[in-house]
Amino acid sequence: MDTLVQQVINGLVLGSLYALIALGYTMVYGVLNLINFAHGDVLMIGALSALSAIGVLQGAWPGLPGWTLLLLGMTAAIPVCIALSLVIERVAYRPLRNAPRLAPLITAIGVSILIETMAMLIWGRNYLTFPRLLPDAPIHLGNATISVTKVVVIVLAALIMGALLWLVQSTRLGRAMRATAENPRVASLMGVNPDSVIATTFAIGAGLAAVAGVMMEATYQVAHFYMGFIPGLKAFTAAVLGGIGNIAGAMVGGIVLGLIEALGAGYIGQLTNGIFGSNYQDVFAFIVLCTVLILRPSGLLGERVADRA
Amino acid sequence: MAECVLLAHGINKRFGGLQALSDVEIRIERGQIYGLIGPNGAGKTTFFNVLTGLTAPDAGTFELCGVRYWPTEAHRVAQLGIARTFQNIRLFPDMTALENVMVGRHTRTRANALDAVLRTRRARTEEAEIRQRALEIIEDIGIGRYAYYLARTLPYGDQRRLEIARALATEPRLLALDEPAAGMNATEKAALLELMARIRSRGVTILLIEHDVKLVMGLCDRVTVLDYGKVIAVGSPAQVQCDPGVIEAYLGRAHAAAPPRLSPT
Amino acid sequence: MGATATAEPSNHPAPPGGRTPPRVLGAMIALGAALIVLPWAIGAFGDAWVRALCFVTLYVMLALGLNIVVGFAGLLDLGYIAFYAVGAYTYALLASPHLTEHFPALAHAFPAGLHVSIWVTLPIGASLAAAFGILLGTPVLKLRGDYLAIVTLGFGEIIRIFLNNLNAPLNFTNGPSGITLIDPVRIGSFNLAHPGTVLGMHPSSLVLYYYLLVAVALLAILVCVRLQDSRLGRAWMALREDEVAARAMGVNVRNVKLLAFSLGATFGGVAGGLFAAFQGFVSPESFSLNESIIVLSMIVLGGLGHVPGVVLGAVMLALLPEALRHTAVPLQDALFGRVLIDAEVLRMLLYGLATVGIMLYRPRGLWPAPEHGMRRAFGRVAAANGEAAKAVSGHG
Repeated sequence: MDTLVQQVINGLVLGSLYALIALGYTMVYGVLNLINFAHGDVLMIGALSALSAIGVLQGAWPGLPGWTLLLLGMTAAIPVCIALSLVIERVAYRPLRNAPRLAPLITAIGVSILIETMAMLIWGRNYLTFPRLLPDAPIHLGNATISVTKVVVIVLAALIMGALLWLVQSTRLGRAMRATAENPRVASLMGVNPDSVIATTFAIGAGLAAVAGVMMEATYQVAHFYMGFIPGLKAFTAAVLGGIGNIAGAMVGGIVLGLIEALGAGYIGQLTNGIFGSNYQDVFAFIVLCTVLILRPSGLLGERVADRA
Repeated sequence: MAECVLLAHGINKRFGGLQALSDVEIRIERGQIYGLIGPNGAGKTTFFNVLTGLTAPDAGTFELCGVRYWPTEAHRVAQLGIARTFQNIRLFPDMTALENVMVGRHTRTRANALDAVLRTRRARTEEAEIRQRALEIIEDIGIGRYAYYLARTLPYGDQRRLEIARALATEPRLLALDEPAAGMNATEKAALLELMARIRSRGVTILLIEHDVKLVMGLCDRVTVLDYGKVIAVGSPAQVQCDPGVIEAYLGRAHAAAPPRLSPT
Repeated sequence: MGATATAEPSNHPAPPGGRTPPRVLGAMIALGAALIVLPWAIGAFGDAWVRALCFVTLYVMLALGLNIVVGFAGLLDLGYIAFYAVGAYTYALLASPHLTEHFPALAHAFPAGLHVSIWVTLPIGASLAAAFGILLGTPVLKLRGDYLAIVTLGFGEIIRIFLNNLNAPLNFTNGPSGITLIDPVRIGSFNLAHPGTVLGMHPSSLVLYYYLLVAVALLAILVCVRLQDSRLGRAWMALREDEVAARAMGVNVRNVKLLAFSLGATFGGVAGGLFAAFQGFVSPESFSLNESIIVLSMIVLGGLGHVPGVVLGAVMLALLPEALRHTAVPLQDALFGRVLIDAEVLRMLLYGLATVGIMLYRPRGLWPAPEHGMRRAFGRVAAANGEAAKAVSGHG
């Protein structure tokens, strides 16, 4: 049902997912001035790993409730993503820390292809269905409906983002991360080990991606070796929209982008008299990206990038 | 009355909360070697950036050889006739020294993509001229043996020379040098002095930022002193070094009361 | 040349460029002869190989075009394949039954169908691609490297989405099904798809296309070399090395960037038109991000900015998958009884490994420009006398 409320709900769901993924991009960009092109693929690996894990668990213990399976799936996905992300950082990015920016970006693209190929080999090329784990019955809010899964997405994302904000603002690790993001050399003079902070940053981002990946396949019921790419790009757009390097910005950017996309896809048919339909949905994110970068490159909340003088 | 090469007046530039330049004025006559000095952070490089179009000023008038210009596009300024070097040396590191200088000829030549692809007569004669002229300049400046070396492999002092050569290739009326003697030893500085004199004798006016007070005193005809974005003294080196405001800026108030004699050699 | 810093100023090595030395001329003649004979020799192994050679030439053109943008001017364009698409669809639309089938007004105006000759559409497609190049380049002029990459990537994806979806309400591109029955290349009355008898021989259509494509590719190489050693080529390199310094030296950075985008796009547009004519069929699938990345990995592997290296990279990464397809698959069959990794996957694996491997271990590529034979990639201006002393004593 294409009411405004429905689209807003869809937008919030989409936005929550984008926000979780965008955090990974923004944190890495904050400390390394690097677009982690492979981030979307880390998400994909998490989603597919969770799917496999759930498949195994369902086979071994058929009576397990859906919530448990979902939780266990996530628990399986998170370490896989973290490990993968750390390997990528160590093998592909660290050696190129002092190369000009094009080199790590090109390498990241290569890494992305390798991960996708690996996934193709392990899970095949076909679209895989994700089982219905959470209760199906839609909840009615006036004219709009929302499923339990989508509620979980929104709530979970909100909780995680709250926790992350607390981590970054109030803990020692968070201070170290902010210091490294501002000026790694000076931070190291203050006793912060930039390598371990960077590794931690990648790990946190990967964990968030894992959660996002699992929730994405749970919501849309499908997983595929190429599923991470487009959401990854859009999440990067969200990060830029909110202000790259700015954690609150990634959250805001994600939600805003989700809303723009949902509302746009919902109303574009009406707005253009049927010439353009919702199949042009993906174009919105790119248009937003170009517009932001051209008109307000520092984003809505301002960027926070490392001082690379 | 000597011909005026550069007249800059009322230059203001603000960066956020910091007024980097306040009502800066400078007047350079043809054939002069003009010095711009001042303590660190005084705004000298900012002034250069504004002058050459790399940073947009908030206000001011600019006149080069009587022609008004508004410095928003650096390449236009280069075409008008101001060429510069940079404080931190900005060569094209993976191009040879010769190629670096050939880029300097860009603004005085016109061959376009079509000329290049079709190898028209204009392209061929221009290429030969560019190459010839670049080689001459490189030889003249004294780094001829490095012509085919990658710019980043040159010794430091020669990199500075290369940057000057590249700037000279644009046939400037005003050559603006940002700390050309930084990091040089006494021998290299002496060679630089000689080079400046030779450039001046070819009719190029020079504006330079320098920290080495001795060098400035020995080389410059006239000096402007900046401090905190304001002009605090203008005059010949001898006049300026006795100015109490200048001494205070460099050495502190106590010294201003009893100005020391700085020997100009 | 001695290790002292006071070497004689007249002792210069011979300047690069100028008259082609006889050795190089001989090599070029040998190469030319090889190229002429190649399709007959390879053809003995099967038509598929000659077909592969044709695709190699197309990739060479694409690689050369992308090299202008990325290698010469230093602008990382990840949506380059869009220009290939523009060129391909331009020819496809002007030389196939599609438009006349779906637009009665056109069918009325062209009762014999739309069969615009490729020699007319190639310039049109190239100009259109150049226009798109400027369209893409203008808003991204001020973007720094990684943002530029992402925006260009987005641009490429947008083009693909439009190609996929512009089949309703008006069917311009026929969506995912693509456009078929595209006219082959005709030279006068001579039809490359049905050549008949030439000089008493019966050349296959593939061989003739090969010669045409090789000729165009050689022309492309010539254009690139001329651009490189010109005022514009130096301006591009200056832009790549240090944009601020280039500005200060009088390079109109905006125009030079737009020229890079549009000239690079032109190569893509020409290659696209030839591709459409050769294959007879185009669909959005051929113009995905993967293809942009493949072309990028070719120039990165070969040697960014160095024309021979770029050609080498294109040849290697276009041929190797074919070779693998014919060896790895039967090999796996023999060893394991089944195919573990099929040819498509192997191909992508290869591209990924090539890109990562080269960036980590040989960042300048397999065949970088000879003067650039230094160990470090994209070096910065070294203020240390030590490095320079090494260089001085090393040359001599």
